[in-house]
Amino acid sequence: MTTVTAPATGGHRRADKPEVSDRARAETRLGQRLVAPAVILMLIVTAFPMLRAIYLSTFDYALTAPDDRNFIGVRNYVTALTDPLFWQTTGVTVLYMVITVAIELVIGFIFAMVMHRVIFARGVIRTSILVPYGIITVVSGFAWQFAFSYQNGFINGWLPFVGDDFNWFGQTGSGIVAIMVSEIWKTTPFMSLLLLAGLAQVSEDMIEAAKVDGATWTQRLTKVILPNMRAAIMVAVLFRALDAYRIFDNIFVMTAGAVKTESISFLTYRQTIEQFQLGMGSALSVLLFLSVLLVAFLIVKLFRVDLAQARQES
Amino acid sequence: MNRTSNRVGLVVGCILILIWCLLPVAWIISLSFKSEASITNGNPGFFPGDGTGAGWDNYKAVWDNEQFRRAIFNSIGISLIATLLSVIVATLAAYAIARLEFRGKKLVLTIALAIAMFPVVSLIGPLFDMWRATGLYDTWPGLIIPYMSFTLPLAIWTLSAFFREIPWEMEQAAQVDGATSWQAFRKVIVPLAAPGVFTAAILTFFFAWNDFVFGISLTSTENARPIPASLSFFVGADPFNRPASLLAAGAVIATIPIIVIVLIFQRKIVAGLTSGAVKG
Repeated sequence: MTTVTAPATGGHRRADKPEVSDRARAETRLGQRLVAPAVILMLIVTAFPMLRAIYLSTFDYALTAPDDRNFIGVRNYVTALTDPLFWQTTGVTVLYMVITVAIELVIGFIFAMVMHRVIFARGVIRTSILVPYGIITVVSGFAWQFAFSYQNGFINGWLPFVGDDFNWFGQTGSGIVAIMVSEIWKTTPFMSLLLLAGLAQVSEDMIEAAKVDGATWTQRLTKVILPNMRAAIMVAVLFRALDAYRIFDNIFVMTAGAVKTESISFLTYRQTIEQFQLGMGSALSVLLFLSVLLVAFLIVKLFRVDLAQARQES
Repeated sequence: MNRTSNRVGLVVGCILILIWCLLPVAWIISLSFKSEASITNGNPGFFPGDGTGAGWDNYKAVWDNEQFRRAIFNSIGISLIATLLSVIVATLAAYAIARLEFRGKKLVLTIALAIAMFPVVSLIGPLFDMWRATGLYDTWPGLIIPYMSFTLPLAIWTLSAFFREIPWEMEQAAQVDGATSWQAFRKVIVPLAAPGVFTAAILTFFFAWNDFVFGISLTSTENARPIPASLSFFVGADPFNRPASLLAAGAVIATIPIIVIVLIFQRKIVAGLTSGAVKG
């Protein structure tokens, strides 16, 4: 698609400046050639399989019986959308997203404030905050699963209001809490670094001026600092929310979807890879894709995120 | 607010950050020194109790495991190749986006953004099918290709932000002296852009090293299975009864490369994350 040059533009340009037109055309050609490999690579693994998923989702197709493939139209979608399991996992997924992002935003902001103000030990703080960011999600999942385990963990011993033999993975509520803890631990550093960048853009003079005018600390925070880093906060929320909506690794490692802790991603994976139901799995894939689009759309509309403005593009 | 209480608040904040970031790491290291027998019987507590320490036994056992060694080798190889290729492709694209005016630029940025938000799991079904048909299933390229696709948005994003801050008068000077756009790119800009490229490479490597979804669904043997997938399949499918201390030792080994990179390149990573995602 990017190799298509633009022959029409030449004719519409002002005829009295042919050399500009030539240059512009050469620039367009070079630009399109330079981005072509990236665009092709990105589309090979996303657009093409997605189209194939749409195609496969109209079949009753299991890998265990590949010859027995029947066209059934939208019946996979009807089955999925009328199954309470689908709505239950979607609900759990939204719960993961809302709670983890809200908590990460608060803790991440506090961390960003500390990192912004701190003068001593800056390197140590920044190095350690990158450790959870860099650690494999699976490792984080294991670390917290074992920490919450009543057989070998330490959390039951440390928490005063929890019995020593309390099984965190025995029921939905506490299982979800444990998964959220791992998720929040691993991704809060990312959030706080994004917020730190936003904080650095708030002018110190403005904060100082508010201080001179007698604004309290809370007023400075809510009236000066937060409004001025709105773009950074919104971008951080958007990125993290979409990331949290796709939660998979932690659930796989910590509960394997038991006790109704399953997310929509996990349900899709289970249908496709574990049960070989490619038709149904594809339908779920399409639904997952559409729901991510919906979440992105809602966040962008609700919070009026302007990505171009955040990147300072026109 | 007076200065002393301000400073106390900062110190408390710093300590909280350190505990937050390092406690779970300390825990997994401590767990990796609990002996296997005591884990089976149940060995609660943060540190190994009396007589339940295992010394380096768990590490030896993990390292002697052929599958684990293969997984480490796969992960390093696949992540490095994916990083290298992805950064080369992203550098070309980011240069065009930062510097050139061309039709379709908005479209490229939109595609990159859309892919950064793409639900990875929704691809594994069709990819599983396609990879088995084309023979890419359970091979290194079978993982390198999706890793490249999914690290390109971040790399392009980070690099184009870096490229915009390069003193471009130098490029124009080169062009005035008779260099073409391509020569100006290769001889003037590449050396200037090297630090940004390096940052993008680190972030890309982190992504590839961390990936789990592709790792478990597009591989089936130790031919290509990377370390996160290998850890999760270490023993059995029962998530409630795992050899915790062995897994902890494996997890620590898998984390060492990341810690080393963080220690060496801390400043660059922070700059890359913040400039790539928020600033222009």
